[in-house]
Amino acid sequence: MEWETVIGLEIHTQLSTKSKIFSAASTAYGAEPNTQACAVDLGLPGVLPVLNAEAVRMAVKFGVAIGAHIAPRSVFARKNYFYPDLPKGYQISQYELPIVGEGQITIELEDGSKKVIGVTRAHLEEDAGKSLHENFHGMTGIDLNRAGTPLLEIVSEPDMRSAVEAVAYMKKIHSIVKYLEICDGNMQEGSFRCDANVSVRPKGQKEYGTRAELKNINSFRFVERAINHEVERQIDIIESGGKVAQETRLYDSDNNTTRSMRSKEEAMDYRYFPDPDLLPVDIEPSFIDDIKQTLPEMPDDKKNRFISDFGLNANDADTLIASKELADYYETTVKFSGNETRLSANWVIVELSGTLNKEGIELNASPVSAQMLGDMIKRIADDTISGKIAKQVFEAMWNGQGSADEIIQSKGLKQVTDTGAIEKIIDDIISANPQQVEQFRGGKDKVFGFFVGQVMKQTQGKANPKQVNELLRKKLSS
Amino acid sequence: MHNKTIAELSAGLKDKQFSSEELTRAFIERAKQFDPKLNSFITLTEDLALEQARQADQRIQAGDNTPLTGIPIAQKDIFCTKDVKTSCGSKMLDNFYSPYDAAVVEQLNNTGMVLLGKTNMDEFAMGSSNETSFYGPVKNPWDLNTVPGGSSGGSAAAVAARIAPIATGTDTGGSIRQPAALCGITGMKPTYGRVSRYGMIAFASSLDQAGPLAQSAEDAAMLLNAMAGFDTRDSTSTELAVPDYQSTLNADINGLKIGIPKEYFGDGLDAGVQSAIEEALKEYEKLGAQLVDIELPNSALSVPTYYVVAPAECSSNLSRFDGVRFGYRCENPLDLEDLYKRSRGEGFGPEVKRRIMIGAYALSAGYYDAYYIKAQKIRRLISEDFKEAFKKVDVIMGPTTPTTAFNIGEKTDDPITMYLSDVYTIAVNLAGLPGMSIPAGFSENKPVGLQLIGNYFEEAKLLNVAHQYQLNTDWHRQIPGEFK
Amino acid sequence: MSLQKEDVEKIAHLAQLSINEEDIPGYLEELSKILHLVEQMNAVNTDNVEPMAHPQDSSQRLREDKETEINQRDAFQKIAPQVERGFYLVPRVIE
Repeated sequence: MEWETVIGLEIHTQLSTKSKIFSAASTAYGAEPNTQACAVDLGLPGVLPVLNAEAVRMAVKFGVAIGAHIAPRSVFARKNYFYPDLPKGYQISQYELPIVGEGQITIELEDGSKKVIGVTRAHLEEDAGKSLHENFHGMTGIDLNRAGTPLLEIVSEPDMRSAVEAVAYMKKIHSIVKYLEICDGNMQEGSFRCDANVSVRPKGQKEYGTRAELKNINSFRFVERAINHEVERQIDIIESGGKVAQETRLYDSDNNTTRSMRSKEEAMDYRYFPDPDLLPVDIEPSFIDDIKQTLPEMPDDKKNRFISDFGLNANDADTLIASKELADYYETTVKFSGNETRLSANWVIVELSGTLNKEGIELNASPVSAQMLGDMIKRIADDTISGKIAKQVFEAMWNGQGSADEIIQSKGLKQVTDTGAIEKIIDDIISANPQQVEQFRGGKDKVFGFFVGQVMKQTQGKANPKQVNELLRKKLSS
Repeated sequence: MHNKTIAELSAGLKDKQFSSEELTRAFIERAKQFDPKLNSFITLTEDLALEQARQADQRIQAGDNTPLTGIPIAQKDIFCTKDVKTSCGSKMLDNFYSPYDAAVVEQLNNTGMVLLGKTNMDEFAMGSSNETSFYGPVKNPWDLNTVPGGSSGGSAAAVAARIAPIATGTDTGGSIRQPAALCGITGMKPTYGRVSRYGMIAFASSLDQAGPLAQSAEDAAMLLNAMAGFDTRDSTSTELAVPDYQSTLNADINGLKIGIPKEYFGDGLDAGVQSAIEEALKEYEKLGAQLVDIELPNSALSVPTYYVVAPAECSSNLSRFDGVRFGYRCENPLDLEDLYKRSRGEGFGPEVKRRIMIGAYALSAGYYDAYYIKAQKIRRLISEDFKEAFKKVDVIMGPTTPTTAFNIGEKTDDPITMYLSDVYTIAVNLAGLPGMSIPAGFSENKPVGLQLIGNYFEEAKLLNVAHQYQLNTDWHRQIPGEFK
Repeated sequence: MSLQKEDVEKIAHLAQLSINEEDIPGYLEELSKILHLVEQMNAVNTDNVEPMAHPQDSSQRLREDKETEINQRDAFQKIAPQVERGFYLVPRVIE
């Protein structure tokens, strides 16, 4: 039988506010355990939540960016369950009336085709703390620093039909929240996390199969693997006559398996009700308008602009807009290069990204700044150096030897463009290699490369290659 | 000194008739002498009180005082007090020394009031007789065989016996007004949002409100001046200027329209209580007020509605007591579930467990609409009834309670009869209105309370109306014989 | 409606409360009585009534995004049942 996979994602993005959603404690990552858990975060008796304006603004920003309905009135509700990393015994979330309603995300697949994925809703809630199971002599240690960090949970429709689509959707959301600067997107630190609802059904069947919720997926690679693994598991169960259970499964990236956490039917009665400590959140139309006015350029718009204004091809544009930092880097490079849009794209994509990758360095830690790279590209464009020499210059800049101009100067890398000087070298080479001249004139065009090489060797690569080509052709055929 | 109101004590301190230290020692001595009979305090903070009293004396000396500087006060043990045991009447918090002060405590400290101690209360404020306290029942100073009411029973008994000149309480369904009535003192529940709830251990968040338990309306006004106000730490606190409640006490009440709801005078109202209330209303007529018959048609549903709303909220509010970060933890838990279940099972008393279970049930899948939503809808109807009534009248009056103080143990076997003792007070909390109870005579030597209900944020009017009555009667001046 | 013994057990589990076996009949009776009281609400038709979750008809006030809390871990953990190296300890959690 042919099977169809049905996937819906719940993406949890930690909003990059300074303080927590309901308290004035810091949200910074990596502090000593429980040093950023204040009375409110600990749920001490008598404390009360007060909503952070910035969290609301960020949620609305996301909603506006995806063209979603913004609820004029949304309500915080309590989701009741007991867990040690949930100090109050309930999570403050939004249930019946979320702040962001239906919206849409368009994803692009590898074959270039596009697909619209529905966003059901996005709601604000508080993050839980962390449980550590190692090194507590058989007990569990609880760190509540993360408790109360604002989360925007973005819930999709079950519109994805493959792990690849799910990854494309997740990457798209990732780039949107980073473009909006509402989430740092750091998946290792858990700022961007994903749960996947996965089910399978015979192709052509209308009803959805029973779904499993995969938790704890914290990289794009794992999303794909976890979903594919789960799909196989479910098909195996059904094909061997079994039934898929509705349950929560934990993805184990070490072994690339999922295992059952708890059965959904059992015990999970969250008893949602409006939080009586918080009043409804009212959003004025003027507030939404203000956000619309100040919304940064979104990835799709940027891509289109890179293609139409900068003359890039779709592939290069895609690569450059993949992250806002890279796109910003690229645009700065272009600016300093004297508007060398394609040359800049090439350098950013090939040399810069390649070197960062090889060295395992993040873009924001690059020793070569966008301005430095732009300045260097300008020297390629004005024929001060050749593209080949530029690689040397780039390497020297990477190693901290100064700006492009300083390096060109100190290493004497300036291109030789004096026609007379080059002609002199060519004449010498021609007279020193009569045999090769013979061969060339006899129709063996390949030998031309030999002459270019000789000239470059003599000039230590500093001769303008275009000029060398022209002069050689002229001399050899005369 | 003990038979003086705080208005009188304030004048005495100002005129240097006595120091705050002398005053404080006098009340501590009274507490040591009389409280063993009453059990109104859970904690006496003698050392702290004397230290605060000496500081108050310095402030008075320096002229840096408020009318409340140096006046001793008893705080209900529901308010978090830094480094002082804050038990909420529960075994669960018997070991809880709060690391912070509640807003109310902070504000009263700032005025220079002196904390005598923390008063006994029904466990987590759930009760109407003070019998659910982990620390044992409080006795009513008017008759030691009877209850003082609840949940602010300790505060009411302490003020009635003049062990404390004034006290704080909280009122979720009548927990200030009912014990004030049963103990023959003056109590006020302000409008929801008037006093910050920050640091007040939550029972039912949409109903809880703190207020004064005092000897007179004037005293209540003085304390409310210091308790009320906007607090950024409480999202439900109202950003509205606090009037000087003392300054309007003497406003003329001639022509005042008093609404008399017929539903508050029906079956179940004790005849002795009824006649005392009718006498009080006649007194108001003498003062120039006009009695107007009104209807509050849904008031009979206030008790059933309350017993969905309050338990639902409490079932969630009390989830934080799990034996992990503070409070009681069971011995040798086998696993996490055992830790939760036994810490909570052993730490909470039966009434608290009953209410948590009712609340969990009312919110659970399949019952939410039938119970919780239904209750919220009736809550609106009850609230609308008051809105209609206040189109016609300035205040509403009736009995605070259907009977006078009942015997200890009389209603403990049947939660329903206990719940019905709050039948006249609960609707006010559901609507969020301000309400008061003032002494209005006796029935068989036990105090009767007259309830005054005002429109939103009209505390000043209630206090004025109550004060005018107290200028013409001396019920509020009565002190139980044993404690004179 | 009246409850069954299993209902009481289920609710107690939901609320994470241990209840002695011998106390169950008492709870069963009392909870049933309370539910019976509560069901008086059914006497009123509320079809077109908007639920009222809160006595105030106003909207949530927002707090400026400022970090003002300081580390008070020592004070907070002084009152904790069991801590180690800054962590709260609980019996091993199996996920």
